[in-house]
This record gives sequence, structure tokens and C-alpha cells, in this order.
Amino acid sequence: MALERVHLCPPLRPGGDVVTALARTAPPPAVPPSVDELMVALAEVADPEIPAISIVDLGIVHRAAVAADGRIEVELLPTFVGCPAIDAIRLAVGERLATFGRPVHVSITFEVPWTSDRITPAGRNCLRESGFAPPAEPQDVRCPFCDSANVAMDGAFGPTLCRSLFYCRTCRQPFESFKAI
Amino acid sequence: MTTIRATLAAGLDPSTRAALDELLLSMADDEFVIGFSDSEWTGIAPLLEEDVAMSSLAQDELGHAAALYTLLAEVRADGRDADAIAYDRQPDEYRHARLLDHGRGDWAMTIARRYLYDTADGARLEGLVASSFSPLRELVDKIRREERYHVMHATTWLERLAARDGEPRERLLAALEELAPDAATVFAPLAGGERLVESGVLSESMAGLEARWRATITPLFVHLGLPMPQVAVHPDRGRTDHREPFRWLWNEFTSVRRSDPVATW
Repeated sequence: MALERVHLCPPLRPGGDVVTALARTAPPPAVPPSVDELMVALAEVADPEIPAISIVDLGIVHRAAVAADGRIEVELLPTFVGCPAIDAIRLAVGERLATFGRPVHVSITFEVPWTSDRITPAGRNCLRESGFAPPAEPQDVRCPFCDSANVAMDGAFGPTLCRSLFYCRTCRQPFESFKAI
Repeated sequence: MTTIRATLAAGLDPSTRAALDELLLSMADDEFVIGFSDSEWTGIAPLLEEDVAMSSLAQDELGHAAALYTLLAEVRADGRDADAIAYDRQPDEYRHARLLDHGRGDWAMTIARRYLYDTADGARLEGLVASSFSPLRELVDKIRREERYHVMHATTWLERLAARDGEPRERLLAALEELAPDAATVFAPLAGGERLVESGVLSESMAGLEARWRATITPLFVHLGLPMPQVAVHPDRGRTDHREPFRWLWNEFTSVRRSDPVATW
């Protein structure tokens, strides 16, 4: 399928759009993809920082649908307002959905806040298997390696906006926990 | 979303729109300036964890500033984007609170400023949770969840410094004394502020929000034996007449932009 990228660089801030489009010679297929088909495709888009978890399991896909004019529209919820990964995610979504052969429009919204309980049970397992404690209030955090509750918070702030630093006193491993927000 | 927002702003009467402009600019400038001040600790904070924390706080605040400037650019719809508002002004045109004008200072100054600002900002955000201007209400709902961690951080350190007699407490008291005349400037009245309340953008006046803020922080200040921040000496100049340390900071944070205004990165 001949694809032509309209924007090569992601825009720099929420509110901008990434648009990918087919070359004009290829008309869009007659039957639009269903929401389920779009979500299956989006489930193949990994979080750029933790590739084990998809953006669907992370709960940042607010809406995905084919609009009246035939283009695919996706709205994403940033985990944090200042999340620097959101542009990379927006670009990856545009690229993945371009395979449906229609123009794709990906936007950022704060219409509902992303909260850590939007992470699916499967997503929480992915995080644990990758060595991260899934979101919990600081007193409820358990070690992702040995499941011990005997842990201490080293710092409320970690290497990314969405994580805190912890230490497991049982298996003596430092680890990161997703903030409950 | 962009289209809907522009329509919403266009539906506001001119006086409400002007007052909303003042509010968004003051909030964005506050977050922008404290974000840049915090980023000055990157690499030199007293503990590795605090290096990470201050950098993370700075990134949060700059993210909030970017979102607020973007919203303001949509309200103005004059073709100037968020970067233009953030960077293409002279120091006198910034509308952040004078509380943020005292330079990075030492660690105690940083903590005192952060605690006063985070709690004041919290009171202001509280006044926006039911805002009639929905794009701001949605953004504030998101921002408040992040600010909770900022208040936790600042409170922990305020308690730690206040509880240790000798140098930690002395430095904290000196910082609070220096900040005292400007401590309440986050609540400096805005031009057209009464329109914000009448139109439901803001739940109550800045004076009302300041009273709530004082009620919130009083128990901790009493418990720690710290002097309560005084009433702003010149509330009408709470967001103007910026001091020399801000001019230095402005020079820093606009240096790349001024060297090549049309560059993209």
C-alpha cells in the first residue's frame, strides 16, 4: 500500500495534530473499520518508555472512531500534563492506523482526566512483569519482585513524571512505582 | 477539541474574556517562572533524590504552563502561539506573583517558596474546579491530581527544616522573613476580577481564596511555631515591578529564543 506521510515531525504540544494520509491515487476502502478493529490495532502501539504495555492497557485512548467524512479520529489522554512522550505516542498511533488506508487525525484532550485506575488489569500485570509496581497509594505499594509489603518510599518523584522511587527491605531491590493519581 | 474551544471563548462577552485573559496569563506565568526556578537545582540539589524531585517538579510546572499558554493562545486567537506568549515579552510584561521573584536562594528559600506557592496555587485551583469555562475546568481537574504530590513534597521538607534547631530552622526563618511581604501575592487582585466571579469562571474573589489559603496553612504554621505570612504590602503591585533576580532568570530562559526566534526543536 502506497503511503505518504504528511507531517514528518510531531507537533510540539497538546492541541496540535498528527495527520497521516494516503497518496491521492489510492481511494479509501469502502467499508470503514469498526471501533473494535481500531482498538485491536491501537493495542499494538506500545508505550515508548515501557514497551511491554500498550497504550490501550495504559488507558490513554479516550476515543477512536471513523468520522462522517471518512477519516479516523483518535483522542488521547496524557498521563501527565507535561508528559514528553505524548508526541512520540501520537506519531506512532498515526503510523499504525494509516494502514487502514484513510486519513488519520490524532489529538490530545483533557476532556476527562487520565487517572491511574484507567490502567487495565492486564496492564497492571505487564507493569509488574516489567519490574514496576502498578499504581497504588504509597502505603499500599508492594514490591514487584517479591510481593513484600515491607517497602519504603525513597522519593515521591522518580525518573519520569508518573513514577516514584521505592526500596524493598525484604529482597533489597530498589524499584519504581507508578503514582496513584 | 481545538475548534470547540475557540467557539467557547468567542461566546464570552468582552469584559469576561479580558478578565479570563488576565487569569490565564497570571497562572501560566506563575507556573512558568517557578518551573524555571526549580530547574536551576538540576544537577546541584543537596541530595540525589531531591535532584530528581526538583527536576520532576520543574517538568510538571512547565507542562502546566505550556497547557495554560496554549489555552490562552486559543482564547486570544490572534495567531500568536504558546511559545510566543511564553518567550516574546519583556521582563516587565510578565504577570507572575512577586513571591516568585526572589531568586533561587538556598534550599530553605526554595522549600519556603515552594510551600507558600503550592498551597496558594492549591487554593486558586480549588476555586476553578467548578469553573463555567470548561476547557480550564478540565485542565484544572488534571493539574490538581499532580499538584497533590507537590504539596506533599513541600510539606515534608518544611516540617523537616522547622523541626531541626540550629542552621536548618534559622535558614528557614530567614527565608520566610524575606518572602513575607510577597507571600500572598498569588492572590493579588486581577483587572476585571469581579467579572470572573460573576460569570462563574472563578468561584470567589481572590480575597476569598486568600482567606481559605490562610485557614489551610495556619494549623501547620502554628504547630511548627512559624510566623504566618503577612498581608501583601502592595497588593496592586503583586504581579508587576519584578525584582532583579527575575530579570536575570528572564535573560536565561529567553536566551535560546532570542538567539534564533524562528528555530524549531
